[in-house]
Amino acid sequence: MLRNMFKKTRYATIPVKPSPVIPKAPDDSERLDTASRLKQICDVNTFRPMFENIKTCNPLNFEGYEEKIAALQEKTSVTEGVTTGVCKIGGIRTCIAVMDSNFLMGSMGSVVGERLFRLFEYATENKLSVVVFCASGGARMHEGIFSLMQMAKVSAAVQKHSQAGLLYISVLTDPTTGGVTASFAMLGDIIIAEPNVLVGFAGRRVIESTINEQLPDDFQKSEFLLKHGFIDLICKRSEIKNTISKILKFHTGVIES
Amino acid sequence: MKSPYEKMMIARNIARPNFYSFVKAVFDDFLELHGDRYYGDDSAIAGGLAHLEGRSVTVIGTVKGNSTNENIQRNFGMPSPEGYRKALRLMQQAEKFKRPVICLIDTPGAYPGVGAEKRGQAEAIAKNLYHMMSIKTPAISVITGEGGSGGALALAVSNKVYMLENAVYSVISANGFASILWKDAKREKEAAEIMKMTAGDLLGFGVIDKIIPEHPEGAHVSPHITFEALKKELSEDLEELSRLTPDEIYRSKYDKFRSFGIYEEY
Repeated sequence: MLRNMFKKTRYATIPVKPSPVIPKAPDDSERLDTASRLKQICDVNTFRPMFENIKTCNPLNFEGYEEKIAALQEKTSVTEGVTTGVCKIGGIRTCIAVMDSNFLMGSMGSVVGERLFRLFEYATENKLSVVVFCASGGARMHEGIFSLMQMAKVSAAVQKHSQAGLLYISVLTDPTTGGVTASFAMLGDIIIAEPNVLVGFAGRRVIESTINEQLPDDFQKSEFLLKHGFIDLICKRSEIKNTISKILKFHTGVIES
Repeated sequence: MKSPYEKMMIARNIARPNFYSFVKAVFDDFLELHGDRYYGDDSAIAGGLAHLEGRSVTVIGTVKGNSTNENIQRNFGMPSPEGYRKALRLMQQAEKFKRPVICLIDTPGAYPGVGAEKRGQAEAIAKNLYHMMSIKTPAISVITGEGGSGGALALAVSNKVYMLENAVYSVISANGFASILWKDAKREKEAAEIMKMTAGDLLGFGVIDKIIPEHPEGAHVSPHITFEALKKELSEDLEELSRLTPDEIYRSKYDKFRSFGIYEEY
């Protein structure tokens, strides 16, 4: 037996105990659709959508873009990459935005930018906090330069909201990358991430081909960002609502007992 | 008339005047200032003090090399987070001393590297977008060559944005566009034709304010045409912007960027 252990061929074949089949726990990095997310976060029947009247155009006349948008509107329950509105969270009236990775990877074109911009402006006028659930591959290629400009536009509204002394909580979910990370996702007063989600600027493949080597698995994961000091906390999905409620209460002045 | 692809190739020409050529020809008394005060000094972004027709200004820009060796030293004009943080530091310093800010941009994009991600490339760009908007001294940005995505925008949230005649400015490189949308990076040329990335396209969209002329074959052939035109436009616009109050400077910039986007409203 012992001798067998030292045989070269044994190294790779040391029998491993078969791992018992564990019922799969809900995975926090599993992508949620907008309706489920809103249901998890908003107090029952308090969400009121806003800016749904803003609809997608095709500024570059990119072939097949309108059809793609129409098909996604049919397939998903959302009209664009972000759904915006007001709701109550733990009894506190709050502006909320939820990006949906099922809609062209939550990419940011003119509609996503405009809805977020108006949400922050509305929040500034009405002295409300904003919570944004980020999930995006970045800027939407199909709308070219207009997509890029949304980064500056939304950041401008975030800045104005912040100058008014108001709270913005950014929640990073899978995936948050590119131009969304490099604008409002990283601008929260408090930045929360779900466990083990992808958060980064450049795409993994782009970096790998630049440096010509494979990246470790934990690269650009929430834990990586926490370690390097770019997010405040990692929060399990089941605890996000409670955590947001708590944070909102810290910012409402007197707490009613 | 050059095609968008031809313009893109001119914009990428290694002999194209770089940051230091512009600074030398358009400004006087340039004094370079280094470092982000946190981590390092990025060689892909330079900045400092200069005079423009006697007016003190802060001038900042991405730096490409005019040779392969220079390009390696400048990381091919692809900034790291500390470059953006240095730029922001110099812009905030300019605001303190009520100096206008001029940004010269020629970059394929922000550097996609491991260190850049660790040190917060996304955060650095986001903070520049956020703070540039609020700076209350006049700012003018000029895309002199390639305006590559967020890495260019991070220096382009200004009161006025110009492009050189053969410069390109886009959400992603033509190569990246083709590989994401068609899964075929080789269709770069086709992508360049439909992306609407030229100065003429962007002027038409209202995304930029002015086009600075070049020699028909590109600014590298006869740069003085471009230098003189740029100097004239910068001086005139700074004169005009300097009459605005700090609040007007902020408000007009906010309204400008607020207006970008094409959508229908019912």
